[in-house]
Amino acid sequence: MRKKKNLLFEMGRSGRRGSSLPSCDVPEKPVEELLPAEMRRREPLDLPELSEGEVMRHYTELSNRNFGVDSGFYPLGSCTMKYNPKINEEVASLPGFAFLHPLQEDDTVQGALKLLYLVEQELKEVTGMERISFQPAAGAHGELTGLMIMLAYHRSRGENRRKVLVPDSAHGTNPATITMAGCEAVEIPSDGRGLVDLETLKKNVDEDTAGLMLTNPNTLGLFEEDIDEIARVVHDAGGLLYYDGANLNAIMGYVRPGDMGFDVVHLNLHKTFSTPHGAGGPGSGSVGVKKELVPYLPYPLVEKVEKEEKNGKEKYYWNYDLSHSIGKIHSFHGNFAVAVKTYAYLRTMGAEGLKQVSRDAVLNANYLMNRLKKSYYLKYDRTCKHEFVISVRNLKKSYGVAAADVAKSLLDYGFHPPTVYFPIIVEESLMVEPTETESREALDRFADAMEQIARQAEKDPERVKSAPHTTVVGRLDELTAARHPRVCWSPEE
Amino acid sequence: MSVFHYLPLTEREREEMLRDMGLVSVEELFTDIPEQVRFAGEMNLFPPLSEAEVEKHLGYLAAQNYNLKDYICFLGGGIYDHFLPAVVQHVLGRSEFYTAYTPYQAEISQGVLQAIFEYQTLICRLTGMEIANASMYDGATAVAEAAVMSCGTTRRGKVLVSRSVHPSYRRVLQTYFEARDLVLEEVPMQEGSLDREGVEARVDDDTAALVVQNPNFLGMLENYEGLAELLHGKGAKLVAAVDPLSLPMVKAPADYGADIVVGEGQSLGNPPSYGGPLLGFYAARQEFARRMPGRISGQTVDGEGNRGFVLTLQTREQHIRRERATSNICSNQALNALAAAVYLAAVGPRGMEEVASLCLQKAAYAREKITSLPGYRLAFEGHYFKEFPVVLPGPPGELNRRLLEEGIIGGLDLSEYYPELENTALVCVTEMRTREEIDKLVSRMEGWK
Repeated sequence: MRKKKNLLFEMGRSGRRGSSLPSCDVPEKPVEELLPAEMRRREPLDLPELSEGEVMRHYTELSNRNFGVDSGFYPLGSCTMKYNPKINEEVASLPGFAFLHPLQEDDTVQGALKLLYLVEQELKEVTGMERISFQPAAGAHGELTGLMIMLAYHRSRGENRRKVLVPDSAHGTNPATITMAGCEAVEIPSDGRGLVDLETLKKNVDEDTAGLMLTNPNTLGLFEEDIDEIARVVHDAGGLLYYDGANLNAIMGYVRPGDMGFDVVHLNLHKTFSTPHGAGGPGSGSVGVKKELVPYLPYPLVEKVEKEEKNGKEKYYWNYDLSHSIGKIHSFHGNFAVAVKTYAYLRTMGAEGLKQVSRDAVLNANYLMNRLKKSYYLKYDRTCKHEFVISVRNLKKSYGVAAADVAKSLLDYGFHPPTVYFPIIVEESLMVEPTETESREALDRFADAMEQIARQAEKDPERVKSAPHTTVVGRLDELTAARHPRVCWSPEE
Repeated sequence: MSVFHYLPLTEREREEMLRDMGLVSVEELFTDIPEQVRFAGEMNLFPPLSEAEVEKHLGYLAAQNYNLKDYICFLGGGIYDHFLPAVVQHVLGRSEFYTAYTPYQAEISQGVLQAIFEYQTLICRLTGMEIANASMYDGATAVAEAAVMSCGTTRRGKVLVSRSVHPSYRRVLQTYFEARDLVLEEVPMQEGSLDREGVEARVDDDTAALVVQNPNFLGMLENYEGLAELLHGKGAKLVAAVDPLSLPMVKAPADYGADIVVGEGQSLGNPPSYGGPLLGFYAARQEFARRMPGRISGQTVDGEGNRGFVLTLQTREQHIRRERATSNICSNQALNALAAAVYLAAVGPRGMEEVASLCLQKAAYAREKITSLPGYRLAFEGHYFKEFPVVLPGPPGELNRRLLEEGIIGGLDLSEYYPELENTALVCVTEMRTREEIDKLVSRMEGWK
């Protein structure tokens, strides 16, 4: 099972080439004339030298050492690892989308602008928001943009509010974003139901509160039933409500952030709207806002002219004129290709399809939760939405088997493990999100594996604690990696 | 009901699963959503289409755009039309890579962790730096995070930025700084390049860093001799944004004393994609290892001593440190970083030198031809890499409309970014442009006004 793999730098031979370029067809000038000595590189560039075939084989070998949604079940909680439709990849790579320059004149990119306009219309309807900006390139980037909008709104009213409330079950990006935006994070504990503790919330809102960041359903997969009251409390204090869209997959067609009282939302297009995560990006953290916050959005926004005077045709253009815009947040227009894939998905599913997505996501999660709670501890035993959190604490107490051990054991069964040790309010937690694109057989196979691991923890805990046994490397030592960082290759001594 | 081919559950299975849980209707799973916030009715969205219809519809939208495969492109300004070897797209098409999440489970993510480790090493070799992260969103956010990190490490609140830095980078920097009440001061240009005296006049005890760009937004190569010494003498850092494809020929930022090196890596194997996804690269000296934003892959071993890779130095990051994290970044542009690594592996050291040389020579040829036309001149004297600013006999917009009719996408109108540069276009010539194409551009510019 263990399998060694060379690094690029340990391969190749001097003189090999992996691509070819045309020869210079213009009269060449002496380099010194174009580039004086003091501006020139001192040492020649030191890179590996490989043939094209060697490059392809190297990366094919690496891909064989990697696990994606196409490889198997990937119930990574909060990440919505649903199937990534192939038609989306096909259309996004059309030259008419992939080979557009962002500084081309609007007249030359009407199809792209129309697409952005239409995908915005669709997502406005899904979220209940007034306008959406596609500039933020990831969820955390969207959070930062959203908070900046909230702060700018308060400032324009002469208020320098700097406190942002966030539940203790929130994604780590929420408090980190609050700091990035120059604000102070105030943590609100969860109550016995796993929901925002209303009384503590009430005590903590005041004239310095910029707003509340909330994920609904929350990271326990539970719907914040008091959302109406929560919104009232925050709004009454003059604060705004921020919706972290990581968990939107649970509620499409059932309830919209805008109708729950949220003023700002970010959408993870790479979660809910099926675009691939790319092993760490690119994603998209598009930000939507209510009407009164539209002037604060990053500029520019796409606008439509129904009938142009000169030819009577529709026309789309970038509007830079936003009275209170926070400015730009990306070099250009954000991850356009991700918006193209999102649009393809929206057109495939329609309203009926999206609602079925949420139904199946919630059905799959509840079905799996009901199977797993027989062998694992379920702290919040109630109907979940798209995900749920179980705990390995009983195995830990009895046999010393931790959540990480169960996770590593799952690798031997060919599954990607759930999210581990998050949310932090459940000890030894595993956060499971099956998504709607998994079949009942896949859920059953996963539940069977989880039950087998629980039995093995009882019979042979060491076997579980030393997992994984079948992967290309054994359990890796993260501690040494952090204490003595080797983050750049150099030849072994 | 329509057919949704991404959803495997059959109606019968749904019923069985509900029955297993003692339920009759799926709606029973949604009773926790209070009535008063519920959405009534059906969302007003386009009706669902079949795959064939989606393909046709998006193909139609794509066909309405003028793309760089069909048009001859002289437009740059941060995004470039460089050659993409076919092998890059084929590696990126491996779905074990593109359908994976961030490599939290190292033992089944060795492929991408090793690829990131190699990418980090390649970026270090290009820039001469000691540590690089797994990527930022784009050039602009990489610049902004570098400026923020400088403030954090120096515990100072002011950053200087040269007016010769990309206008979008400066604007994003301003957005980041305004939210945090940090001070951003612009250093003016002197003849199209950083005004050294302007730096001396502005650098003080609260200055965390100076941000420069080389080649700068106008394509000019700047000379930073003595600049790092000046800044370091005041306890400030030098942040350099660079074009990675210039580095095979142009001095590595480490050699002029840069502390943090960032930039836009789209040129390395990524299509322009209407400006996104892009690739922000981020490299620094070793002293910043525990202050860096973003993911970092590090080498380690398993229990049997086998080499492997993990995400490391994670105590900097949001999922561990929450509000005390050095940055909020989580998802980045990993697949674009992979593209850059494959590009560098395929093109290799000699190929990289050739790309840089072709850009340099072809741009020089175009520059000489254009500026020898009556009514045209170079906006500033200096050394240029692949872009240069040309003063035209009239407005660039007007010229570009004419060029478009001839199948040419012309240079960027600089007056939008630098009002002082009237009737000036930034012309970009990469290795993709043939002599014939350059000659065609020149002939259409000749006698236009």
